[in-house]
Amino acid sequence: MDKTKTTELDNVVVRFSGDSGDGMQLTGTLFSNLSAILGNEISTFPDFPSEIRAPQGTVGGVSGFQVHLGSSKIYTPGDDADVLVVMNPAALKVNATGVKKHGVIIYDVDSFEKSDFEKAGFTTENPFAELSISDTIQLIPAPLSSLTQSSLDGFGFDNKTVLRSKNMFALGLICWLFNRPIDQAIHFLTNKFGKKPTILEANVKVLTDGFNYGNNLHLTVSTFLVEKSHETPKGKYTSISGNKATAWGLIAAAQKAGLQLFLGSYPITPATDIMHELANRKDMGVKVVQAEDEIAGITSAIGAAFAGSLAATSTSGPGLALKAEAIGLAVMAELPLVVVDVMRGGPSTGLPTKTEQTDLLQALYGRNGESPAVVMAAGTPDDCFHYAYMASKIALEHMTPVILLTDAFIGNGTSLWKLPKLADLAEIKPNYAKAGTEDTTKVTSRDEKSKVRYWSFPGKEGFGHRNGGLEKDYATGCISTDPFNHEKMVNTRQAKVDYISNFLPDVKVEGNVDADMLVIGWGGTHGHLMTAVNNLNKAGKKIALAHFNFINPLPKNAVEVIQGYKKVVVCELNSGQFATFLRSKVPGVEFLQYNKVQGQPFTVAELEADFSELL
Amino acid sequence: METTEVKSVLYTAKDFKSDQYVRWCPGCGDYAVLNSLQKVMADLGIAPHNTAVVSGIGCSSRLPYYTSSYGFHTIHGRGAAVATGVKVANPELTVWQITGDGDCLAIGGNHFIHSVRRNVDINVLLFNNQIYGLTKGQYSPTTKKGFVTKSSPFGTVERPFRPAELTFGARGTFFARLLDVDLKNAQSTMLAAAKHKGTSLVECLVNCVIFNDGAHDWLAQRDTRADRLIFLEDGKPMIFGKDRDKGLVLNGFNLKVVTIGENGVTEKDLLVHDATCEDTTLHFKLAMMEGPDMPIAMGVIRAVEDETYDRAVEAQIAEVQAKSKIKTFDDLISTCEQWEM
Repeated sequence: MDKTKTTELDNVVVRFSGDSGDGMQLTGTLFSNLSAILGNEISTFPDFPSEIRAPQGTVGGVSGFQVHLGSSKIYTPGDDADVLVVMNPAALKVNATGVKKHGVIIYDVDSFEKSDFEKAGFTTENPFAELSISDTIQLIPAPLSSLTQSSLDGFGFDNKTVLRSKNMFALGLICWLFNRPIDQAIHFLTNKFGKKPTILEANVKVLTDGFNYGNNLHLTVSTFLVEKSHETPKGKYTSISGNKATAWGLIAAAQKAGLQLFLGSYPITPATDIMHELANRKDMGVKVVQAEDEIAGITSAIGAAFAGSLAATSTSGPGLALKAEAIGLAVMAELPLVVVDVMRGGPSTGLPTKTEQTDLLQALYGRNGESPAVVMAAGTPDDCFHYAYMASKIALEHMTPVILLTDAFIGNGTSLWKLPKLADLAEIKPNYAKAGTEDTTKVTSRDEKSKVRYWSFPGKEGFGHRNGGLEKDYATGCISTDPFNHEKMVNTRQAKVDYISNFLPDVKVEGNVDADMLVIGWGGTHGHLMTAVNNLNKAGKKIALAHFNFINPLPKNAVEVIQGYKKVVVCELNSGQFATFLRSKVPGVEFLQYNKVQGQPFTVAELEADFSELL
Repeated sequence: METTEVKSVLYTAKDFKSDQYVRWCPGCGDYAVLNSLQKVMADLGIAPHNTAVVSGIGCSSRLPYYTSSYGFHTIHGRGAAVATGVKVANPELTVWQITGDGDCLAIGGNHFIHSVRRNVDINVLLFNNQIYGLTKGQYSPTTKKGFVTKSSPFGTVERPFRPAELTFGARGTFFARLLDVDLKNAQSTMLAAAKHKGTSLVECLVNCVIFNDGAHDWLAQRDTRADRLIFLEDGKPMIFGKDRDKGLVLNGFNLKVVTIGENGVTEKDLLVHDATCEDTTLHFKLAMMEGPDMPIAMGVIRAVEDETYDRAVEAQIAEVQAKSKIKTFDDLISTCEQWEM
């Protein structure tokens, strides 16, 4: 054994990259989960093409999975990789600029042949020179394919099946590199392939051989050690993706409210996993209608809300556009409804698998008439649970549609999640119409203070009513075209949404409160902004972050907080939508902007560079 | 449906009338359908609070305001999807969907075929007046080719839909047809639709006195109606005519009108209606009959039993729940791959 040295790091970024059929997502997931079990903070981000199987070995088919491990709190999947594992030259090409100066690139030398270079569009047989890869980066050629072949020699699999296991060889090698025992990986594989013993045996064999190969490497490779995190609050944890957390937030809210959960939805990237998860939860009594289109997705949900369910629909930007008229119906009929928009690159079909925050103004204003709805946004994969729960609570308690914005980055990314107990979650108490009280029976009967109308639905005797999209008389609930009544109803619906600010937590100022500059963000960028702000404060700068999860209405202290800083920069993955919104709400502030519309999350480095310049 | 008979004494049509002033044009065919519906709701014996009436947009879609049940006047074309949500959320409810030829077959065409395909247990009254009334007289997907309207000043050049064909094409389990002014048959047809488990599509031929007056005159005229309509009844021979002397027989692959007593034809030679036949061939032929050579088929043309979507959803949930140890959210959490930190 020739382990020359071990480098201890506070945090490390590993990126796995290969063909979309190479199993990089599974490899990355297993590695992050076993690291979490060993006590690391984790954050992951999958980056896959919209083509299911682009031509093998081409740049268009490259699929990646990035894992960030930390021995202290980490907020993002990281910018550049410490270790990049590439299965072919195309993957190298796509990721070449994303490796740290003293990083390591492990590549499958068996897939670095002349024909592979051609497929990836290289013109020479030296891709590293062609990409000008710095000689400070250590290159480790590993014959992953051929070693996998010899590892599975006696199994009698065809070559295609054999090569499908090379990701496990890579995982074994990485486990060695990071001083991770492979027992936990074997445990995961047993859970996954337990019903297919031969496949399980093959995967375990390749994994073990990969680990041993690392052990026997007579190269001057230093291994990495990322210690256990001691900052994470004690408790039971799992790792969860934003989309799954969103689905579970809805499930928890339904049980807490004592209601049936109904989802009407239509498949759309990158939101479909929410529907998958809920369709799989028949044990929890969830009813899912996979509708014929986006409009039927939301209108069936509105029907279910009318009939007394906690109703939701899940979609992404183009789908939100199609649902606009129906959201207006939910506004007008004052029905509880949760609309989840997992934002992606737009407009039109745009960049379906990439992340953006470009639907904010659509969520706020994209409807006919004066049509206020609650708009909120989750910040990390794990807090999608909390905000989906809160979206349901607000919808049910305030009888309004709530649009919850997440995005491809947090929807598909994973983070650690401290497991909740239902008993610890906030109560959900809808404003039901009460039997025997005459003034709660009309469809427009409402609590005069909160403007929340009383909820009754079919099956309840004594509350029969006619609801709909036509304007109603404030007092009688009958249809009305009276001009003054219409204005009163418009104002009432607005007041009802505004009143919700009384129940929202204050926006927090993180970082250095007495800062020279306030960074403002919202939704899925929290991790990158927080990391950049923390790094700058550590470097002696004075900078603060106000990150928003509630947008309409804004938290009550928002205006005062923002007005308290000389310099304010709004950072978002669009051309300035939240900045535009804030300009209409917060007078006397010059809002600077930092915007990125590339379908990719921020990098901490670019944020630090920009903030340093502004300070 | 034994309980129906017992309960039917509980309600009268009046119990299903709301206090709202009905605002259709004087002479509109919708009044007759509304009155028939309220009578049928009473005969069904389902309480108003267990009844939901859902509609889209258009003249006929105002109907929910005029019944005392729970009602929901939604957005254009989407009534079928909203009704699907209502019924799936609570299969115990009796759900009526009120729609027109524009609402159902133009803007709502997609939802229409898919609710029929799924066989959601809702009763659909499709008010077909072959015109857009509420927007004041444009041609609809059922307007006859060549018809002059405000949006087709030189006559339409479009081929119309025939609702029965769409229903059968979408694998519909129930199709019936009624005429607004024929109250007795309209009520029995609606009642059959309400009792059918699945999407019951009832094409209601209604007259728009303002924009398409007399569209159904050929078959609706009282003095010639008996000769131009055939009211189909399951298990009974296909007889029609003022003198009950005409009938239908098969001639090769086609239907043919014959006269009893002529050319040795007796009642026994006539086709007997089988609405429950799974094969749609004859139902197609019957539903497609057109004047002047053939009578228009009315009543229940097709009524086939099949599993309904709303019950299938419930059954699948029950099946999974019976096997699963996960009963609560906390159970669900306990299934996570989890570790102490």
